[in-house]
Amino acid sequence: MTNYENKIVYDVKGLNLWYGNDQALKDINIKINKNEVTAIIGPSGCGKSTFIKTLNRMIENIPGVRTTGEIMYHGINIFDKTMRVEELRTRVGMVFQKPNPFPKSIYENVLYGPKIHGVKDKQMLQEILETSLKSAALWDEVKDRLHDNAYGLSGGQQQRLCIARALAVQPDVILMDEPTSALDPIATAKIEELIDSLKSDYSISIVTHSMQQAGRISDKTAFFLMGELVEFGNTEMIFSNPRDKRTEDYITGRFG
Amino acid sequence: MENKIDVRNQIRNNIGKRKNNVDKIMPRFFLIMASVSVITTIGIVVTLITDAYHFFKEVSIFDFFSTKLSPLSANPSFGILPLINGTILSSLIAMLVAIPIGLTSAMYLSEFSSKRTRNFIKPILEVLAGIPTIVYGFFAYSFVTPLLMKLIPSLEAKNVLSPGIVMGIMIIPMVASLSEDAMKSVPNALREGAYGLGSTKLEVTTKVVLPAAISGIMASFVLAISRAIGETMIVAIASGSSKNFTFDITHSMQTMTGYIVEFTSGDAGSGTTGYYSLYAVGLLLFIFTFIMNIIAQYISKKFREEY
Repeated sequence: MTNYENKIVYDVKGLNLWYGNDQALKDINIKINKNEVTAIIGPSGCGKSTFIKTLNRMIENIPGVRTTGEIMYHGINIFDKTMRVEELRTRVGMVFQKPNPFPKSIYENVLYGPKIHGVKDKQMLQEILETSLKSAALWDEVKDRLHDNAYGLSGGQQQRLCIARALAVQPDVILMDEPTSALDPIATAKIEELIDSLKSDYSISIVTHSMQQAGRISDKTAFFLMGELVEFGNTEMIFSNPRDKRTEDYITGRFG
Repeated sequence: MENKIDVRNQIRNNIGKRKNNVDKIMPRFFLIMASVSVITTIGIVVTLITDAYHFFKEVSIFDFFSTKLSPLSANPSFGILPLINGTILSSLIAMLVAIPIGLTSAMYLSEFSSKRTRNFIKPILEVLAGIPTIVYGFFAYSFVTPLLMKLIPSLEAKNVLSPGIVMGIMIIPMVASLSEDAMKSVPNALREGAYGLGSTKLEVTTKVVLPAAISGIMASFVLAISRAIGETMIVAIASGSSKNFTFDITHSMQTMTGYIVEFTSGDAGSGTTGYYSLYAVGLLLFIFTFIMNIIAQYISKKFREEY
């Protein structure tokens, strides 16, 4: 069975992806480790969002998508017939570009996942609620209004609520698709702080447009360009001493 | 830089030529046009109230809200409860048919169907909405009732069940298409959020999309009810004109609308109590649907989930 103690969480081998006839990902090979933050950078349309959405197969919601290659998640190919996509997505949480809480109470938002997956015990739910909100650094701000509608929260709080919602099903990977692009600098700083604190328990892959953000929060950085993974390595190395000319051009702001 | 075409001057000239009074007159014209429906509504309400007033001078409100209705007997009585009963029962049957079928159709069309199936089913639903109600009435009387008689031998030739069912079929498109609109307008980001937590498509539909669209869905129900309450032709044809107070839906019953149809087709002489009773019934019907519309508006405000 799946061994979640593996150091390597994702081992992507020869991944290709097409939208209809347009190839969006070309022969991607990458290993994503436990307890690390992997930043995925690159200009718009380079395939970085596509890539991250492939990791929990959310990409399949788009009609006409076709993939080849393997994505080994803890040793199991996520495209295998035996892999239930619903289960994969409880192991691999996702946070989106714009905060998308459900139009329900804070309480219902966090417990949505556990509830649809059959957790009924009241005390257990209460514990999940509290730990998830605490891990998302939101508990103190909302503990007195858990039954208020989530839309009363600020944008940054909503995004942290979405993180809490993802944590509530106890995933081991969190995918973040430009999670701070709709937030102001203060809310962004809070999310970045949060990502840093979550690292000890989760492996996090984050798509970002901000080079500074990638530099601040990530251990590894992957640079995508036109559907190809140009360079992947330690963030420090990528930013100080990129091997590929194209990486250097992008990082120094010569294009993109 | 030199402009080859002098647009600026041409615009200046044209602005000078523009007739200012047109800009002032046209909005007034639009206002008058918009007032037509308002004035008509006021006119109808005033007529209903004044003529209903004549009626209530002769018949007390207690006799009006009683179960005995025999407007044409020598000693006429105008208890309206049999009519209210017929109206509510037929509308209830209609909703029992329309809500489950309409809502599940909406869920299917909005969340499950492929574009091709949707493009096939939607136009058919719209055709259903375009059939004249007299055709539905005829359909109820000459097709559905005989069919039901095979299942329920005691069914009368004129009964409430059959037109109720047919009214339900008639308002399916309304429920389905308004509910579908409400569900379609739920932003995709919410669906993605739910999928991201491992929801199946059914869970996304019932636990996220449906609750988020509930105000629009409820509003569609209420509008459909008020349509059923006001529906005339189907019940006039298929449910008969029995004025007995009964809850047995296999029997003939008259609805408020059916009563008005029967008496405007000749029996009530102008100025008689029977004639004025039409206005009293009409006023009550108006109040019924008016309340329904207010409820619909209240619901869509109250349950509005802003996303």
